[in-house]
Parts: sequence; C-alpha cells; structure tokens
Amino acid sequence: MAEEKKLFKVKIDNISVEVEPGTTILNAARGIGGDVVPPAMCYYSKLQGSGGKCRTCLVKVTKGSEADPRPMPKLVASCRTTVMDGMEVANITSPEVLEARKGIVEFLLINHPLDCPVCDQAGECDLQDLSYEHGAEGTRYEFKRRTFDKIDLGDHIQLHMTRCILCYRCVFTADQLTASREHGVLDRGDHSQISTYIQNNLDNDFIGNVIDVCPVGALTDKTARFKNRVWFLKPVDAHRNCDNPKCCGKVALWMRGDEVFRVTARKDQYGEVENWICDTCRFEKKDVKDWTIEGPRKIDRHSVISQGHYVNTVKPKDPLVEVLDGRQPKLLFDIHTQSEVNRPTIDLSKIDGPAHSDDFNKSQS
Amino acid sequence: MGRKLLLENAHIEGIRYYDTYRRNGGYAAAEKALKSMGPEAVLEEVKKSGLRGRGGAGFPTGMKWSFIAKPEGVPRYLVCNADESEPGTFKDRYLMEFIPHLLIEGLLISSFTLGANACYIYIRGEYAWIPDILEQAIAEAKNNGWLGKNIQGTGFDLEIYVQRGAGAYICGEETALIESLEGKRGNPRIKPPFPAVKGLWQCPTVVNNVETLAAVVPIIKYGGDEYIKLGTGKSTGTKLISACGNINKPGVYEIEMNISVEEFIFSDEYCGGIRNGKRLKACIPGGSSVPVLPANLLLKTAKGETRMMTYESLADGGFATGSMLGSGGFIVMDEDQCIVKNTLTFARFYHHESCGQCSPCREGTGWMEKVLKNIETGKGKMSDIDLLWDIQRKIEGNTICPLGDAAAWPVAAAIRHFRDEFEWHVKNPEEAQRRNFGLAHYADPLPVAATV
Repeated sequence: MAEEKKLFKVKIDNISVEVEPGTTILNAARGIGGDVVPPAMCYYSKLQGSGGKCRTCLVKVTKGSEADPRPMPKLVASCRTTVMDGMEVANITSPEVLEARKGIVEFLLINHPLDCPVCDQAGECDLQDLSYEHGAEGTRYEFKRRTFDKIDLGDHIQLHMTRCILCYRCVFTADQLTASREHGVLDRGDHSQISTYIQNNLDNDFIGNVIDVCPVGALTDKTARFKNRVWFLKPVDAHRNCDNPKCCGKVALWMRGDEVFRVTARKDQYGEVENWICDTCRFEKKDVKDWTIEGPRKIDRHSVISQGHYVNTVKPKDPLVEVLDGRQPKLLFDIHTQSEVNRPTIDLSKIDGPAHSDDFNKSQS
Repeated sequence: MGRKLLLENAHIEGIRYYDTYRRNGGYAAAEKALKSMGPEAVLEEVKKSGLRGRGGAGFPTGMKWSFIAKPEGVPRYLVCNADESEPGTFKDRYLMEFIPHLLIEGLLISSFTLGANACYIYIRGEYAWIPDILEQAIAEAKNNGWLGKNIQGTGFDLEIYVQRGAGAYICGEETALIESLEGKRGNPRIKPPFPAVKGLWQCPTVVNNVETLAAVVPIIKYGGDEYIKLGTGKSTGTKLISACGNINKPGVYEIEMNISVEEFIFSDEYCGGIRNGKRLKACIPGGSSVPVLPANLLLKTAKGETRMMTYESLADGGFATGSMLGSGGFIVMDEDQCIVKNTLTFARFYHHESCGQCSPCREGTGWMEKVLKNIETGKGKMSDIDLLWDIQRKIEGNTICPLGDAAAWPVAAAIRHFRDEFEWHVKNPEEAQRRNFGLAHYADPLPVAATV
C-alpha cells in the first residue's frame, strides 16, 4: 500500500490550507485563491528559476513552523519561500506588507514611462493592474525618467526597453524554450537593459513567447502593434495542426469581425501561458481559415477586455419593428456612405503598421 | 601595546617570499594541522577560538564551517573573498600584498578542515598587481610541497586558483561572487539554498573573507584558548582596522579588541588624533555601509559607557544610537566635513553599484541619490528629508541581498543623527554652497537620562 503523503498545514491570512511539502507560499495562496494571493510580477510558474526579483509578493511569516514557531525577521518573497508545517503567513492582514508593497509599486513606477494610452499592453498589463490595486494615485518622483531607444529584435518583436521592469522572465523563456539565448541583461543598476549585445536578431522557433511572458509592454508583437486596442478585440479559442512537434497549436485568436488581429497563447487567471506556441502560429497564421475555432474565450469579468467581449452571438431582438407595427425603420442615411474616414472595405488587420488617415484617403487608393 | 597576530612579522624584509616566511615560523601551523591534528580537531579549535567573520557580518566562522553539507561524491569548495570594495576598507589589500603566504597557509588549513580540494581566491579587478603577488606565492608554496598533490606526504591534495573580478562591488556578496566565479553575471542568488548546501557549481561551498582565513593560522599556531584570551567577550582575537579620513596617521592597524574608540583615534600608537588640530565631528566605524555616528555617540554609548572597538560595543543601542564594526573601514570626519555631501557620495556609490536585479534597490538607490543631490546643491525642500527617510525605509529589508540595506543605512543614520544639518542645507541654500555646517552640537555631552 502506498504510503500516505504527508501534507503541510499552512495558514495564510487565517485561512487554512493543506499543501504538499515543497510548495511555495505563493502557490499555496493560489490554492486558496481570491484576495489572499500576493501579486507577482516576475514569478512565472512555467519558468524554472524565475521569481524573487520584483518583491511585490513579499509577505510576513508570523510563525515559522510548528517545530520552530519564531517569526521570520524580514518580509519574505512568497514566490521563492517554501512552506513549513504549521507556518502562518500574513499577507493582506499585515499593514507592514501592504506598506512595503505600496513602496515596491512606487519603485517600479518611478522609471516607467506611464505611456499606457499609447501602449499595446494596456488592458492586459500586469503592471497596470498592480498599480491600480496597490499603488498610490500620485508620484513623489520629480526627476527625469530613464529612457532607451526602441530596438527591433528581429522581424517580429520590438523591444521598448523604457517600459521594462527587469523581471528576467524573457531571459528564462529564451533559456528554457529555445535552442539558444541571444538576449540578456546588460549593464547594472537602473541603467541595466535587456539587449542582444550587437543588434542580433532573435530568430528562433519559440522566441515569440517572450511577448506573452512580458508583464509590461516592453516586448511587443510587431505584426499586431498599434492595430487595435485589446478591449476592442474578441478573444477566441482556436487550434490548428502545427507542423512543429513541440507546438501544441492551441491558441487564443484576437478577432474583430472575421479579421484575426493577433495570435497569442492562452493565458490562465494569473496571466500565465497555459501552452507555449511556436512563432509560425503566432506571427504567420493571421487568416481565420488557418484555424479551427473552438468558441469564445472566458475572460475575467473584471478585466477591461470583457467589456468588448461578446457573450453569445444571438442578435438581440430589435423592438423597433414591433413598435412600428411591422414596418421596417427607414434609415436616413448609412454612416459609411457619408463618412470620409471610416471605410469598412479596408481590413485594418491587413494594413502594414498602425492605421493612418492616409489609409482611408479615397483619392489615394 | 596590543599583541599582534596577523601583522606580527609584517615588518620583516622579504616576508613576501617563501624562504623568509618559512624561516620566521611560517607553515608551522599548517604542518601542525595536517600532520598532528586532523580536520575535526582544527574545526574544534576554530570553534573554540570564537573567531567571527571579518568581512562585515561577524558570523562565527566555526559555525559557518560546521554547516557545510557533506554529501558523498560531491566536491566541496573553499572560496576566499578578496573582492574588498567597501569604501574605506583596505585591510585585505595590505595582507595580500605584504604577507601573501599567511593567506595561503590559512587557505591550506581551512581547505583541509573542510575537505576541499580546490580553492579560489576571488580578487577585485582594481587590485591589478596583487594577483601576480599571490600567484608567485602559490608557485613558491607548490615548489616547496605545500600545494598540489599529496601535500607533505599527508595524502591531501589542494589547488589554489586566483580569479580576478571585473570591479563590481556586488561581487563581494557571497552568492554574487559565486555566480561571477562561474562566469555568469554577478547577480546575488536568492537564498535559500545557502552556499553551504549549494554554492559553486551547485556544490557545498564556504565563502570567507581574506582576514578570516588568515586568522586561522595564529589560531592553530597558538591554540584557540590562547586566541580567546585576546579581545573582550564575544569579540575575540585581533582585528585589522583600516583607518582613514582626517587623522594624523591613516593606515592599517591590528588592534586587540579591548581598546576604546577614543584611544584608537587619539593615541599616538594608532591614528594619532585629528589632523591640523581640528575637532572630531563624526565617524563611520566599519566601512561605508554602516551607520555614521556623531562624535558624542561615538565615544560614549547612549547609556554613558565608554565605547570600545568591539562588535558588541559598537553595536550597542542598535541603529538608534549605535553602529557596527563591519569590515573595519574606519572613516573619521573632522568639523570641516559636510555630512550631506558625504551621504550623497555614498548614495552615488550604491546607485552605481546596485546590480539591478530587485526593484527596491535598483530604483530606490537612484532616487535617493537624486534627492540628496538636490539638497546638496541647494534645490532641496523640507519634504525631501522625510521622503528620503521613507525611501530608505522601503528599501531596507525588502531586497534580495544586503546591498539594499547597505545603501539604506548610511542615509538613515545621517538623517537620524544629523537632521539639523540637512534642514540647515534646505533653509540656507546659498550659504550652504559657501560654507559647511561645522561641528555644531555634535560633540556636546549627551543629556543624561533621568533615572526613576
């Protein structure tokens, strides 16, 4: 008979949970779910060795374990600290933790450009959510923020280093998913940067995944840049038979009408990729015919993305016809025949680069 | 005159070379350890001596050595931390430059105790000429059968390698040092696992400071009981202090840890008093990262006792009224020195040296430097002082490695003890550009707390 596995009893914010030995505090909290889950900007459960760097997941261990009940002297990074039997952890019940977390958010934001209005990540940005939930409304930083030039890392990925929070996730991704890592962290301190040393291309089957793991808008998909805001798009689960044996072919398509604007991997509730996808699926299959659509993707209703998300495709009943005793309403004019700007014949997703008023200029086309 | 253990023979001409060193009793301790004592006895002796790590933290060395994991078939390593980059500290340079064989003998005894067959000296890149001295000494030791295979017929093998760093302060942190030694970017690792379990190349590793390893030699030579007689309380033995600043005789001094701070600064045997007959304003007793103390708190503790040059006495009163012995980088400041400028210099150093791995240190150090620069150049606001206090509080304790703490402490202590001077800088921005705040009340006797 198999020996019964010993489980560790842990108490997080006075909620008890039993987890296997070797689980981190963060994962134990994820087992409980809800508000007690510490935020994580650098930890990524799918990437080995990640975590411990951003310090947003700091928690207070008020009781070390059953055997050694002393509290830990400092706040600990919950993503890298494993649980002990009888451990008691305070997350949102500890004012000290909340204060420290507020400080970390402020630190993360002082050199961040806060260019959310023009950033492609807006709406699905971890840092945006974090600062909304834990940050202060104003900043006390009165100095020039550090800036970098934008760099093209190959044909499909653009690096906007100014937005980077140095979580190292993309470094781990390249290390663990691709054949060779060509980018890394150069320099040190607040001028350290993700770079390829001498303007190398990132050319690898799975390198596109760095876009998905990036918690901010530092690494963006050049095939989808500025095409549309994420909350105007409708995420749809889809799959295809990919030739690449390591690629699962299960993706989320970001559609508007029949146009595929963007292909990403499917992400779970903590913003982590469920299955890695290859670059062919991500960058080259932008036609709806390439995919087998499974259905609309479930998006957390708190997310801004769900604002534009169609719950079902049944058209709501138009009461106007009943009111008018069966007569069809007579439209005075169709907006598209009048508008100088909006031309529905143009597929936004097919325009190379961000849409410009020239693209809609009738005299030019 | 205090007894000297490390610098006993430093004055002898040619002590750098093997022959002279051997003639003056060198390698006798190694012979004793290898041939007649055995690893357990050496470890017992080091434990008995109460030797504490000389790199700054003051962790008992014997205890650190006993923590090393000993799995079967896995090599163990000893790493000597010679990445001495703390501003104000230059004791290891002196040791390595003048008596390299003392370090090598110490490494031999320590490796033998730990069962390590390879030992690395990680030396900071700026000490460009010292690796040559060390390598020459290693070659001499090898030729005389103190390194290599089957040392002195005992069957113990040891190779010592010298590795140059590239001049990063952060590589003095033990896990960053290990990363750098492995050829990677010098980022501190997240602990646990500690190096004693998974260090260099995932093998059990002990990282010790140069002075700590050198101090093993006199401990074996004279015995732990003899060593513990020197010093006071838990601060046993002798300590190298590198004194600098506005004193008459800057330099490296070996002190027995039983003299007072006042004696150390003012006696002719040591620093010889403040230069040009000025008055003492402040002192940083243990290298740039420990809290600065004003003259009145430096010479007497808050309880009114005389402050001694020991780990405990300097730390008396915690950070509220005390400091730390740290690595022994003793920086003395006279009445003409500006604390704000001094704090800015340190903040700039830590900003420059932060590795950029964890956010509080990466962003906070730069922010502190900018705010301090504003105050120093006369653009400061009153709220900036509180802002600085808040920033340092949010850095301290929230970082991966102690560099964040080291960046926060000097700023915290400067504001805690010298807030008047900061306020004066803010209120008199133009005057502050022309003259210094001066001594003010910083040397006045402390108010005696009313006894109930």
